[in-house]
Amino acid sequence: MRHTVSALVENKPGVLVRIAGLFARRGFNIESLAVGPTEKPSISRMTIVVDVADRPLEQVSKQLNKLINVLKVSDLKASEAVERELSLFKVSAKPETRAEVVEIVDIFRAKIVDASRDELIIEATGTEDKIAAIENMLAPYGIREMSRTGKIALARGGRKTED
Amino acid sequence: MKMTGAKALVKSLENEGVKHIFGYPGGRLISVHHELHESKKIQHLLMRHEQVAAHAADAYARATGKVGVCMATSGPGATNLVTGIANAYMDSIPMVAITAQVGSMDIGTDAFQEADITGITLPIVKHSYLVKDATEIPRIVKEAFFIASTGRPGPVLIDLPSDMSMSQIEYDPDPEMSLPGYKPTFKGNNRQVKAAAKMILASQRPVIYAGGGVILSNAAPELTKLAHVTRIPTTTTLMGKGAIPEDDELSLGMLGMHGTAYANHAISNSDLIIAIGARFDDRVTGKLSTFAPHAKYIHIDVDPAEIGKNVKVDVPIVGDAKQIVAALVKEIKDDMAKLEKLPWAPWHDQIVAWKKKHPLTYKSEGELLPQYVIEQIYEATKNLDAVITTGVGQHQMWAAQFVKTLKPRTFISSGGLGTMGFGVPSALGAQVGRPEAVVFDIDGDGSFQMVSQDMATATAYDLPINICILNNQWLGMVRQWQELFWDKRYAYTDLTPGMPDFMKLAEAYGAQGIRITKPAEVMPAIKRAIKSKRPCILEFVITGEQGVFPMVPPGKGLQDMIYEQPEPQKGGS
Ligand SMILES: Cc1cc2nc3c(=O)[nH]c(=O)nc-3n(C[C@H](O)[C@H](O)[C@H](O)COP(=O)(O)OP(=O)(O)OC[C@H]3O[C@@H](n4cnc5c(N)ncnc54)[C@H](O)[C@@H]3O)c2cc1C
Ligand SMILES: Cc1ncc(C[n+]2csc(CCOP(=O)(O)OP(=O)(O)O)c2C)c(N)n1
Repeated sequence: MRHTVSALVENKPGVLVRIAGLFARRGFNIESLAVGPTEKPSISRMTIVVDVADRPLEQVSKQLNKLINVLKVSDLKASEAVERELSLFKVSAKPETRAEVVEIVDIFRAKIVDASRDELIIEATGTEDKIAAIENMLAPYGIREMSRTGKIALARGGRKTED
Repeated sequence: MKMTGAKALVKSLENEGVKHIFGYPGGRLISVHHELHESKKIQHLLMRHEQVAAHAADAYARATGKVGVCMATSGPGATNLVTGIANAYMDSIPMVAITAQVGSMDIGTDAFQEADITGITLPIVKHSYLVKDATEIPRIVKEAFFIASTGRPGPVLIDLPSDMSMSQIEYDPDPEMSLPGYKPTFKGNNRQVKAAAKMILASQRPVIYAGGGVILSNAAPELTKLAHVTRIPTTTTLMGKGAIPEDDELSLGMLGMHGTAYANHAISNSDLIIAIGARFDDRVTGKLSTFAPHAKYIHIDVDPAEIGKNVKVDVPIVGDAKQIVAALVKEIKDDMAKLEKLPWAPWHDQIVAWKKKHPLTYKSEGELLPQYVIEQIYEATKNLDAVITTGVGQHQMWAAQFVKTLKPRTFISSGGLGTMGFGVPSALGAQVGRPEAVVFDIDGDGSFQMVSQDMATATAYDLPINICILNNQWLGMVRQWQELFWDKRYAYTDLTPGMPDFMKLAEAYGAQGIRITKPAEVMPAIKRAIKSKRPCILEFVITGEQGVFPMVPPGKGLQDMIYEQPEPQKGGS
């Protein structure tokens, strides 16, 4: 099972290493990891996507909670959270295919952020599924390079991740 | 008040009530030792190896309940602490380790004697600090002691770059801690305590399984009370020895791989296991899928991550054992008193039958046997204020079996990491912490040789530790596995070549040496050692063929226990 773990942590040196080390030590592979500031400068949010069974995940969450610099850990269910990812695709777009690529960009409400004679850089945001879909559509034209942020997420509605 | 970082460190340590530090100097630590030398409140003991410093601090903590402190210089000094830090981590021992580091500006440049000790120790500390601003030293020290000693205890590392200890700061005698992410649960949930009491009253074959957490939380009196009030048979782990006096009729001794047959049978047939400050370690459970197949579980532990880690728990109670067990006693006392007859009276009969059928014993044909030696050490010390420490191996397990531990914090052994060489340092640490106590280290010839240099420390500080080497001339525990499971191919476990003359070694270090070869010599030698009030090495020359039994073969269930030494046993290598 894939899980999105959201952790609020003190913004201190070494915290990332402690967290990454914990996952590695328990034999879990981190699929993506995004770190950034929150509304409080002293606190960062880490969004970690891992593929583990439920029981070991509970064990990792508990172990994460034990780290002194970790304030709160929650396992975000897709249905209860807004999840986004940002990705950049460098796609080959020769004059004869360029119109088709632009059409795909429109369909997905993505953006062209850079253009050269033979290539476009496309920025797409959305859920993982959406990013996967656009990637799929662009693949036949030739994806030269790709960069993804990894998922970030917030719990929906009145619920705070801290609750 | 303006002062150097080094001085601020020493003052902060004094503030924490530190009386002893086990350490070893080096270039980048001179500034700290320079200030320590002036301290009237702290005695620094110069060990002969940093690993020994760490183990001694660890054992000091176990013997006294206070936080142990060790100290080493940057690079090799710091890396020499690593085994000791890991040992404290595995057994949840409160310890603060202080290391020097290269100057802040040089970190990451492969400077002379640079080692990334915060990185190296990341998986084996409860928390660590790399000091980046010398004014934070007082706060960091305060936090380190608080973290090390509260919740589930553990080692905390403070890495101090040399420029931090040299710079002038304004000393803050009463810094404020900032630990927003650290809130260990103390008080157990009352509803859960009630649920536990109910479950106990509904059971027929209950067993209390008490671990190191009972010792760590000073809950032995409460635990013993619980056993007495409920009349529930009680087994302890290696780390829990002393949670209930082992001469109590309710005590089943140790359970697990080398536990008593009756403790393991009780567990296997139990319908309710009340685990208190114990973590279902694999040395205890054997094959998990066959562990206590009929039992429900109540699990009391201060660390939520322990609950449900290895077994599915019916009533979890997170919090401090002392507080929760006291609450449980209160909750159940009246109901117990109202019972007309003990619901588990037949269970007691069954256990008595097991005790009769499979007592803890050994066969002797007049030769000097390790079990006998240990029994005699127990006999000689049971009425004294005594602390027993151990190395790791067969002798450790015989000690666990044949020393009846009567009080908490008097049996000190490396459980989770199983570190050979823990015996001498732990005897030193315990003796420093408990100067009035008689300290016996039950050691192996292999384990002892890993740390023998620190006999010098015993002599230097007049620490009258009694090192009992059970010399079987083998790495006996490994040999036992080779004998039972590896076709008797004794690969690299024979210690005969190069075996030192321990009597000469004793003499070289200014210690008393006594060699014992016959059963009749044992008690007089032990008495002589106690009386001498000097560091002492007692070498017991024993056969190499004795095994530790009962034994649950690795990977097997407790039901598959081998009860006693298979015959015939002669013929070794
Ligand atoms: C050669 C060898 C053989 C061994 N064979 C055996 C054997 O046969 N039997 C055996 O028992 N052991 C054996 N051991 C030891 C074993 O490896 C483990 O170290 C031991 O079983 C763990 O003990 P424990 O479960 O009491 O946990 P500990 O390691 O003592 O852990 C303490 C537990 O208590 C909790 N705790 C801490 N503070 C509190 C508090 N204030 N309140 C509540 N809970 C708290 C902690 O969170 C933790 O879960 C052997 C070791 C060696 C080296
Ligand atoms: C530092 C370390 N290295 C290796 C081991 C593996 N090991 C466990 S017991 C043992 C043999 C111990 O021999 P000795 O100290 O002579 O005790 P005995 O078993 O003979 O009583 C060994 C090598 C260990 N536990 N610790």
